Amino acid sequence: MVLTTQKGPRAIALNGDEAVALAAKQCDVDVVAAYPITPQTIIVERFSEYVHDGEVDTEFICTESEHSALTCCLAAAAVGARTFTATASAGLALMHEILYVTSGCRAPVVMAVANRALSAPINIHCDHSDSMVERDSGWIQIYSENSQEAYDSIIQAFRIAEHQELSLPTMVGLDGFFLSHTLENVSVLPDETVRKFVGQRQIPLVKNHEGKFVPYKLDPENPITIGPLDLHDYYFEHKRQQEEAMRKALGIIRKVHDEYAEVSGRRYGNGLVDSYRLEDAELVTICLGSTAGTVKTVVDQLRAKGVKAGLLRIRTFRPLPVQEIIKALQHVKAIAVMDRSCSFGGSGGPVFHEIRHVLYDSNIHPHVVNYIYGLGGRDMSQLLVQKIYRDLARILETGKIDKSIKFIGLRE
Amino acid sequence: MTEKSLELKHPYERFLRKERMPHIWCEGCGNGIILNCFVRALDELNIDLNNVVVVSGIGCIGRISGYTNTDSFHTTHGRPIAFATGVKLAKPKLKVVVISGDGDLFAIGGNHFIHAARRNVDITVICANNFIYGMTGGQYGPTTPLEAWTTTTPYGNIEHAFNLVHLAAASGAVYVSRWTALHVRRLKESIKKALQKEGFSFIEAVSQCPEIYGRYNKMKTAISMMKWFKEASEVRNFSDPAKAEISPDKIIVGEFVDIEKPSYGRLLREMKAKLKTKQK
Ligand SMILES: Cc1ncc(C[n+]2csc(CCOP(=O)(O)OP(=O)(O)O)c2C)c(N)n1
Ligand code: SF4
Ligand SMILES: [Mg+2]
Repeated sequence: MVLTTQKGPRAIALNGDEAVALAAKQCDVDVVAAYPITPQTIIVERFSEYVHDGEVDTEFICTESEHSALTCCLAAAAVGARTFTATASAGLALMHEILYVTSGCRAPVVMAVANRALSAPINIHCDHSDSMVERDSGWIQIYSENSQEAYDSIIQAFRIAEHQELSLPTMVGLDGFFLSHTLENVSVLPDETVRKFVGQRQIPLVKNHEGKFVPYKLDPENPITIGPLDLHDYYFEHKRQQEEAMRKALGIIRKVHDEYAEVSGRRYGNGLVDSYRLEDAELVTICLGSTAGTVKTVVDQLRAKGVKAGLLRIRTFRPLPVQEIIKALQHVKAIAVMDRSCSFGGSGGPVFHEIRHVLYDSNIHPHVVNYIYGLGGRDMSQLLVQKIYRDLARILETGKIDKSIKFIGLRE
Repeated sequence: MTEKSLELKHPYERFLRKERMPHIWCEGCGNGIILNCFVRALDELNIDLNNVVVVSGIGCIGRISGYTNTDSFHTTHGRPIAFATGVKLAKPKLKVVVISGDGDLFAIGGNHFIHAARRNVDITVICANNFIYGMTGGQYGPTTPLEAWTTTTPYGNIEHAFNLVHLAAASGAVYVSRWTALHVRRLKESIKKALQKEGFSFIEAVSQCPEIYGRYNKMKTAISMMKWFKEASEVRNFSDPAKAEISPDKIIVGEFVDIEKPSYGRLLREMKAKLKTKQK
């Protein structure tokens, strides 16, 4: 059990899952519904302990599948509750149908995803295939670099998801095992600080069938219907509204991140993208999640040798911070985009698709190559990162790209 | 004696994939006993292993499809019955056996179970019921008894459990039995019977998980769990499955259902034959 009644922040040893559970606890969640799956299980186990120890006033249920878990959260959110769930891999895939229903109903559910490979063959280790396939599902996606960030991001996620102008479900990714099961010193805020920061769930007003403005929730006093049939008359407009809310989310994620920085003293770039020694960098790696830690170490090694290396970490992948990405890459000459998932039969990984696409319309045209790495938990070592930077240096020197999409760290 | 004659061969070696050993199961786990009973049943029935397919979902017991030296399918969590249905439809001559866990078959896969039983798909389903999701660390599931301790019920479970034999009988299974890992001979005999039945047969094998369920419920060793099985179980063949709920002091075991009903495969083939003669 973790005591958090202290006045100021405190560093305690937590793995990523525990950090997420603690954050959810401090956010005073009303309903948690989940189904166990490695490497997410610790989140739910810790949370059930909080419930049973009377440390939270949360309704908790271990449902019979992930499909039901998310449905339960969606419905609880529809009556005005603050809701949280967690999953990974096949569990997220099984939620697929309800992911779209949740975002379509504008239910601000917060979910932690302990990123793990998809079957078959079955594999319990980290890659981003599970959440990458859900990038179009209308959920905000934040990827954390370490357990500290997972903790901080969950707290921010409630503020973002429940923001009156958004009401958008939000998922926070933490790399399976690399973060979920690795002990780290996490600076934890006092319960009171978190509670104040997150506040009560705010419910936006919508116009009901009588033209009256009522809170957007199922309430017998002010009856409304959520999720009714919506054919060629208004469906399209509703989808357009979701897209608009996503665009608006860019500013709100930044704002919430800034406000959180004030109470915690911690920043992750501007909340959308986070850079490392990028100001004058020529050779740059772009990645998501915990790999950034390894890349930073290599960047330092290269910098010591005079190589102008840098890193851009995409923290918020949905909505994609297009302008911030272009701005961050202004001086860059060669880019390696790293994808921890594969779009079979496509042209490179999903992050690569987005980055190269964003650059097409921009004022800059650096060389861009793609590395698919680390599927099923294959380690991304410093040696491999060093090789990527060597490749980039060669591309810059010769102006030639032998192959723009490569697998790295693979037996070939 | 020459060295060669000293080489001892396990009598059931041909049923197992030696290259997959050692298995992942903990010391004292009931899953080994279930595997043992299954291969003995195959041996005694003299079934050609080439005609047997073992299908399992994900879980500790789910690893069994990797250990049996038959064709096998290690499927996704909750779906082995759907996979088995496909195999059986495409190759009706094969003996298709699903061996999977309580969580796999009755939580996430519960829907497949009731519909395969209702449809009377010609497969045998063996459920290793250890009362928890073992593989993911022992969370409570659909068969966890009331008040039992698990990793997600640190102060006791407040959900009512499924009575699996009642569920199977009500859903339409033609053969239903329950034994524990203590009842090795009867479990084996039951598997033999199920394998020979036409239609959907179901066996619940109550199995000890000393590592998690036992540890959390004051039965830290396999022996203490076996003692519980011994003291609590009572053989009542063909008693009312509705009254066979498992409780800390009573585990009713035995055969509950053994009836004849045409299988889905048979009805399908008959229908197709009828349509063909009509066309002529
Ligand atoms: C869709 C999905 N959700 C969750 C999991 C994680 N998972 C793997 S095995 C398992 C439970 C297995 O329990 P049971 O079927 O009772 O088998 P046991 O391990 O107890 O033998 C779970 C929840 C998964 N693999 N896929
Ligand atoms: S955890 Fe339990 S069910 Fe799984 S192998 Fe160990 S003893 Fe058996
Ligand atoms: Mg089980």
